[in-house]
Amino acid sequence: MKGRKRYRWKAKLSEKMKRLLAKVGMGLMLFLPFVAMAEEIELLGAGATFPYPLYTKMFDVYYKTTGVKVNYQSIGSGGGQRQLINRTVDFGGSDAFMKDEQLKEAPGEILHIPICLGAVVPTYNLPGNPKLKFTPEILSGIFLGKINKWNDEKISKINPDVDLPDMAIIVVHRSDGSGTTFIWTDYLSKISNEWKEKVGAGTSVNWPAGIGGKGNEGVAGLVRQIPGSIGYVELIYAIQNNLPTGLVMNKSGKFVEPSIETVSYSANVQLPDDMRISITDTESKDGYPISGFTWILVYKEQNYGGRKKERAEALVKLLWWMTHEGQKYTKPLHYAPLPPLSVEKAEKLIRSITYNGKPLLK
Amino acid sequence: MHGLKRELTLEIVFKKVLSLSAIFIIVLILSIFLTLIFNSLPSLKAFGLKFFYGKTWDPVFNKFGALPFLVGTILTSFLALIISLPFSFSISIFLGEYFREGRISSFLKSLIELLAGIPSIIYGFWGLFVLAPLMRIVQMKLGFTPYGVGILTASIILSIMIIPYSASIGREVIELVPSEIKEAAYSLGATKSEVIRKIILPYASSGIISGIILSLGRALGETMAVTMVIGNSNVLPKNIFSPSNTMASVIANEFAEATGDLYLSALVEIGLFLFLVTFVVNLVGRYIIKRYTAV
Amino acid sequence: MERKIYIRILKDRLFKIFIILFSFLSTLPLFFILFHLIKNGISSLSFEFLFNLPKPVGEKGGGIANAIVGTFILILVSSFLSIPIGVSAGIYLSENKNKKLSNVVSMLVDILQGVPSIVLGIIAYLWVVRPMGRFSALSGGVALAIMMLPVIIKSTEETINLIPESLKEASLSLGVPYYKTFLLVILPAGLSGVLTGILLGISRIAGETAPLLFTAFGNPYMNLNIFKPIESLPHLIYNYAKSPFPEWHQKAWAASFILILIVFTLNILSKLVVKRWKVRF
Repeated sequence: MKGRKRYRWKAKLSEKMKRLLAKVGMGLMLFLPFVAMAEEIELLGAGATFPYPLYTKMFDVYYKTTGVKVNYQSIGSGGGQRQLINRTVDFGGSDAFMKDEQLKEAPGEILHIPICLGAVVPTYNLPGNPKLKFTPEILSGIFLGKINKWNDEKISKINPDVDLPDMAIIVVHRSDGSGTTFIWTDYLSKISNEWKEKVGAGTSVNWPAGIGGKGNEGVAGLVRQIPGSIGYVELIYAIQNNLPTGLVMNKSGKFVEPSIETVSYSANVQLPDDMRISITDTESKDGYPISGFTWILVYKEQNYGGRKKERAEALVKLLWWMTHEGQKYTKPLHYAPLPPLSVEKAEKLIRSITYNGKPLLK
Repeated sequence: MHGLKRELTLEIVFKKVLSLSAIFIIVLILSIFLTLIFNSLPSLKAFGLKFFYGKTWDPVFNKFGALPFLVGTILTSFLALIISLPFSFSISIFLGEYFREGRISSFLKSLIELLAGIPSIIYGFWGLFVLAPLMRIVQMKLGFTPYGVGILTASIILSIMIIPYSASIGREVIELVPSEIKEAAYSLGATKSEVIRKIILPYASSGIISGIILSLGRALGETMAVTMVIGNSNVLPKNIFSPSNTMASVIANEFAEATGDLYLSALVEIGLFLFLVTFVVNLVGRYIIKRYTAV
Repeated sequence: MERKIYIRILKDRLFKIFIILFSFLSTLPLFFILFHLIKNGISSLSFEFLFNLPKPVGEKGGGIANAIVGTFILILVSSFLSIPIGVSAGIYLSENKNKKLSNVVSMLVDILQGVPSIVLGIIAYLWVVRPMGRFSALSGGVALAIMMLPVIIKSTEETINLIPESLKEASLSLGVPYYKTFLLVILPAGLSGVLTGILLGISRIAGETAPLLFTAFGNPYMNLNIFKPIESLPHLIYNYAKSPFPEWHQKAWAASFILILIVFTLNILSKLVVKRWKVRF
């Protein structure tokens, strides 16, 4: 090119280059923080609403002591199982152990690590907040929709010193997939053949009666607001909301008050190695009959979907902490800690978690 | 010549970008449709047409019938429509005939826009904490079980949400009515309300109807506000005070937790059906508007 | 005769009263909602509330900073995805009114606007969350972007339609290439309309919850990384509202107040944009 034109062209080029570099630079600056953050380990869990108060406390403490963030979203046990199967979370939380067919669906072997115990209690909204006793027949009758008035003679016979009002019984159940529902319906299936045939046990069932609340939270909220209602929630939710809890007659004929102690008693039974057990309608004499474990579900083999070893190690360390040091946060929040035998089984399970076949915990 | 070639390439690139963006929209809708179909296949195969009149939704025994949700959706949407009609009619006539310009007109317009701008979660939240307790009092007085939440509550919230839509379309078509017709009626001694009732409304009727159809489409798809106040019950509702579920709310409640592939695909199938229904409703509404404004 | 006329005039007056009454009655919910938001929310508003992270259930204090930031990040991501495509498609539709492609696309845009947000949540879950193997702000942004598209396309199309052909012709006749005409002449002239569309789109998605339920997922910590789950104001309100804890209900009211403040501000902003920047022909 001729002299002057060339100079102009070069000048334009450098101008364009400068502008381009400026734009690229700005773009990079926008993305740098996103990239920088990528290295921090943040574990993601989802599932059961029952242990949510306990988990938020545990994970808050864990973050303060170890700097590892754990993000747990309470979407229901069903959600925990589903998202773990879809491998979109590091661990799932569930009050219901996964059935054999579900485990077959999963792309890898899933372990159930028990974390604590809880009680599912009947809670109700009646004037004066009386303390009521329930028998298995009454509970199944109410939830089947067959007993619909509070002053039904079945209820008044067992509660002679309570002035039961002539009010309709409004059943409140879960609208979402829930391990709490699983424990409740599992119990009802055990003590009522009619329930077992008609409805069955599961995280989501076809309720014969009532309205649905989302999460333990939703049910407690609805019971709190609707006079004459009865629902089932984990003990902590009833206590936190000053809702009355009923006594339930257990297999040995005792009317048991749900509490940390009676829940622990219900776990005094034979426990399988994989810890997939329902302890409802417990044989234990002083045990509260509607108790259950809550588990954290993880894959046994942690090298899947491109997971890094550090992530798997962080997960295993978290699980160990939750079943040991973390246990001291259970009682203040009205959860029952793992009895020693359960901790042993949990330890065995955690030690069996591997990365590329090698166990992660030494 | 170097510059010219570059300019020409940029020309072509720019025009291509424009048409590609347009084609992208087509690809997007098609992909949405195909994804929904593909993921509902297991459920489509298992239940076929039975899906739409089966009234049992049973995740334990893997039996899925969506009738309760269709009923819930239809009841809430139509009830919401009926409740909203007098209000959106009034607003259309107010802004279209009585107060076309001026401060009162702008004031009302702003209020309606604000109403339309309130996020649905806030409607749902307000409905749960303010409307539901009120409804409980009403239900107890009338002798119904005081759920508070339920079809009527959801319909009321929905109707408030859809008023701005039919109101704005109604106003536009009323403004479009040619003055000659109105003047002719006035010159014959008609009062303003007679002109409105007997001349303007019939003339603008197809536009108004399309506005109604479009707000129906909005009501059908509304999720969050409805989910929070409808009571979440998967059985056929008995009356308007019963709790229920709509197609949108059952998906919101159960999608993240659907254990089992059949369960998940049943929910996706509901989503597919919802997509198709809103598709058709919107199409019909827009078609009527086009025909009307073209005349 | 007179009596008949009298009755008709009476009907006329009654009708007018009815219309005015019902018109303003329908705005009552707006005042009720604002009243309740302010009454219940204002007590929780504090410096701590706006700038702190949430605390575990049962502990006092804690704030919603992560949700506020999350909402802004989601807005950024979805704008980044939807504005380029939306504006381009809007220009195309305006410039090619008679082509068959335009008619089809126009119809599809209307349909896209009517797709329930929950369905878009499912789509984003299937397209982004599953393949990626994790929940992320990005997937939430994708769902929100699809929701923003029709708004941006329609308003861009209408804006460009309103700009007289003569401006375009003048520019082209001076030898300005087509693409430069648009980027440097037409779009700046219609900037107010396009910006209005963008602001309206943003205010629409700022309050959306359903598509975020299984995409952005939620996060109790502050998060700026778009590849991780993120909290947002509507999602937080949803979680807190359905909880049984009164402290959380309080926070939900206050958070709703903040959300509505943001949405209304965007609305007012778009009105101001039109007033100041609208180019009149």
